[in-house]
Amino acid sequence: MSAPALETRGLSMVYGTGDTAVRALDAVDFQASAGEILALMGPSGSGKTTLLMLLGCLLHPTAGAVWVEGQPLAGLSNHELAQLRLRRMGFIFQSYNLFPALTAAENIQVALELKGRDLGEAAELLDRVGLRGRLRNYPRQLSGGEKQRVAIARALAGDPPILLADEPTAALDSVTGRTVVKLLADLAHEQGRAVVVVTHDPRVGELADRVVRIEDGRIGL
Amino acid sequence: MTGGRSHWGAGMAGLLAWRNLAHDRSRFVVTLVGIIFAVVLIAMQMGLFLGFSDSTTTIINHTRADFWIVGKGSQNFEVTLPISERELYLARSVPGVAQAEALLVQFMLWKKPDGGNESIILLGSDLNTGLAGPWHIVEGRLEDLRRPDAVMTDRVYMDKLGVGRVGTQVEINNRRALLVGVTQGIRSFTTSPWVFASYRSAQHLSGFADDKTNYVIGRLRPDADPTQVRDALARILPRTDVYLSADFAARTRDYWMFTTGAGASVLMSAVLGLLVGVVIVAQVLYATTVDHLPEFGTLRAMGAPRAFIYKVILSQAVISATLGGLPGIAVSLMIAKGSEFSAAAILVPPRWTVVLYVITLVMCILASVASIRKAMSIDPAMVFQR
Repeated sequence: MSAPALETRGLSMVYGTGDTAVRALDAVDFQASAGEILALMGPSGSGKTTLLMLLGCLLHPTAGAVWVEGQPLAGLSNHELAQLRLRRMGFIFQSYNLFPALTAAENIQVALELKGRDLGEAAELLDRVGLRGRLRNYPRQLSGGEKQRVAIARALAGDPPILLADEPTAALDSVTGRTVVKLLADLAHEQGRAVVVVTHDPRVGELADRVVRIEDGRIGL
Repeated sequence: MTGGRSHWGAGMAGLLAWRNLAHDRSRFVVTLVGIIFAVVLIAMQMGLFLGFSDSTTTIINHTRADFWIVGKGSQNFEVTLPISERELYLARSVPGVAQAEALLVQFMLWKKPDGGNESIILLGSDLNTGLAGPWHIVEGRLEDLRRPDAVMTDRVYMDKLGVGRVGTQVEINNRRALLVGVTQGIRSFTTSPWVFASYRSAQHLSGFADDKTNYVIGRLRPDADPTQVRDALARILPRTDVYLSADFAARTRDYWMFTTGAGASVLMSAVLGLLVGVVIVAQVLYATTVDHLPEFGTLRAMGAPRAFIYKVILSQAVISATLGGLPGIAVSLMIAKGSEFSAAAILVPPRWTVVLYVITLVMCILASVASIRKAMSIDPAMVFQR
């Protein structure tokens, strides 16, 4: 049996120390498998984004452990964690985080070059998200939904098995948001990726294979 | 669309750097203006230093002499001890010496036609040999100096000396002299302008004893070994110091530039210019980096290696150095050209433009260190907290 794409055990995260310490996560056990889309839901400040950052090797936990495709993150250097993110993960952000000075194609080519891939794949990736005609458009020339689809195409550069998305529909209207969620679901189901989406959006919950609820840093029962 | 496989950082880092700079055109223009200003500042300070250095040896460098015989212990060209004219005849007798002649250099008082005095340096040379004397004569002819007590000075100093045109009668050391010509671009390192005359006129105007002179200068035979002849001259003329021209120029330059401290202060100004330039460029490059911090955060979150981010910022520095440096160098060359007619020479020789570009490049790269530190200090987790 293959290891889960992502797994945590007893994962805790405390920000600050002493009287000002804030416990963001408390002994979280979590798994996400290849081929599933999983929605992390919960009220603001519940610890959803902290969990996503820990899964994305962007934070070091206070306690507990994270495994990525069976590999423990404990003991890895920052450089090794960065390499892991680069090779195995794609990130999708709430505010797209596209490079405003680069065209849609060039935004994707940055990721392709970082991953040592053919820059020509940018057209194919944009095609996959339905934006082939927007190759030369700058982010300012794209709608919110188009920007998010470019961001998804960029996250797909290098064909990572894990996609981590932070509120990908928060800035989108309902129709566009549904299109984006459908796209993410297809990436999980048709291409066998593990997709973890932090969201408040119930539409994501509807399309997700599983919904994990977090409240006060704990996974809800 | 770009196709083909590319090693990371080879192209997209440069493209991102260029677009980051050019994306906000008004900021980019401000950046370039800042760099141009810094380059011009450095070039001017360097040019003043070079001009200052050059002016200390301008007469020596324009004299066709191979060797110089000076009073023992003389520190520089302008202030020297008299030597006996006998040394001239002894010098001529040394094997390897093709010709030798006396040269007179004296600080004098120039009485301006409308009153008042100015200090000058009178230089008297043998007009027949052409070893020394004025050059770049723009009014009058060298032959005009053969007239008794005829003199020439440089156009730059005509106002200072109170003479408006050739033919003006003046007084030097209470003796009448006639301005018969004007040179251009012969600046004095001291505040006293050069005034050229024939050797005999200079002797008469200065009242220098007939059997004394300041310098013996000369040419070597083509087959002579310069060092051997210099040593032979030194042996036969023990009351003098003997230098080859390059050595005497270096001795004079070192005296004025470093012994007096005058050069050190100009050099310090040049170094300060460089520091101010680094600060200006650092400021503008840093501001550009800060503007794009979220993008560097995104790159770090994606797992971009440090080298990629270094490459983006260093590419910004190289692009800025090139696009700001080259116009800055062009402006500096124009200012240097304009200074040809002023009393303070700013020299920017062509080979120094390469040096200036390298300095600009190094300055921009040094200035980008702060930007690199800032970009690398970003917590990549920030991209989830925006």
